Amino acid sequence: MSLYYVQKYLYELNRSQLVQQAHRDDAELAVRSFGDGGRLTEEEMNALVQPDIGQLYHFGVNGQILMHFAAFHQVEWPDYLESMREGIRIHGPVREGVYALTTELDAVNAQVHARDAVENPAPERPEED
Amino acid sequence: MPLVFAGVCSHAPGITGRAHLADPDQKDRLYRAFGDLREQLEASKPDALVVVAAEHFANFFMNNMPSFAVGMADRYEGPIEDPDWLNIGKFTAPGNPDLSKRMITEMMNTVDVSYAEEWLFDHGIAVPLSFLTPGFDLPIIPVNINCQGPPLAPLHRAWAFGEALGRAAELVPERVAVIGTGGISHWPATPDSGRINEAWDHDFMDRWCRNDKDALLDYDDLTVYADAGQGGFEIRTFLSISAAVNGAPGTVHFCEPIPIFAVSCTTATYDLSAG
Repeated sequence: MSLYYVQKYLYELNRSQLVQQAHRDDAELAVRSFGDGGRLTEEEMNALVQPDIGQLYHFGVNGQILMHFAAFHQVEWPDYLESMREGIRIHGPVREGVYALTTELDAVNAQVHARDAVENPAPERPEED
Repeated sequence: MPLVFAGVCSHAPGITGRAHLADPDQKDRLYRAFGDLREQLEASKPDALVVVAAEHFANFFMNNMPSFAVGMADRYEGPIEDPDWLNIGKFTAPGNPDLSKRMITEMMNTVDVSYAEEWLFDHGIAVPLSFLTPGFDLPIIPVNINCQGPPLAPLHRAWAFGEALGRAAELVPERVAVIGTGGISHWPATPDSGRINEAWDHDFMDRWCRNDKDALLDYDDLTVYADAGQGGFEIRTFLSISAAVNGAPGTVHFCEPIPIFAVSCTTATYDLSAG
């Protein structure tokens, strides 16, 4: 996998009307022309071509890049946010990049909470009437 | 001469692009705060406005990412985003390459900066300018601090950059204004967009108003990320303005969380007569 090149393709698409036109004309050709030769995996190229916003977020694409790709495809803001949530539900946590920190922090927090629960168990709540 | 104006403001794209989705009363009060900021800027009669922003992969990418970059072009175009998406039409803002060059040259005595003779403005600069110079007629010097692609410059380096910026302004005869743009706590363009840590924001702006260097530098990226999201990395732009004004005290004019804009929308200025 290459998060760098997935983001590079989107960076160039976001900046260039020529790349945008090529992608509109034939997304498969545009993505493969960029990604063949080992830059991108089949999975990554498919996500760019479909487009699968949720999977791209799962790959770790920065939202500041991804939101413009979503807008390019006329994805409304609430749908863009939901696509990312769906991507996490389907594919799992963000696997690389700045947002992977969230996963690491969540893991740390979970360990801390588990330890606290053992060391400082919550008092039993009385039966409710 | 000394800076004639120094302030900070939010730059979230939703402020213009999703304005129709916000509470109208709250949005109007924010827009009035931007209007007040514009009046203060205009009253300072600046020859140029330095905009210290955190751009978002519009010009700089991980193939060659500068920690600090300063524009040196005679004109700048924007927005790079779809004008309909951002609700800001295409514009061209003037630059001042001679002033840029003199200020960059001075800054390089103490800090390392990249320069750019080509620069497309994204929402980090376009949104503030749409309020502060709606005619896009004031010469702009754009500055970028990398707040997006780690590794990021440590906060004390952003402070040193701000000090260099203030010194450079003081050594040129032009009347230079500065504005830092960015978010405080926010999780922009992610599934958590709209999450805002209001208490963290107020604590940070309290430190900013006191211009307390030690308190402003008493953060690390991991805890900022945990408490304020990846958008919190943009405090680098705010604290660089603090560093530029020699301890002047600040005032927050507006700071309210507006989730559809993804941030505590903020305007604030430093009292340069008290520095």
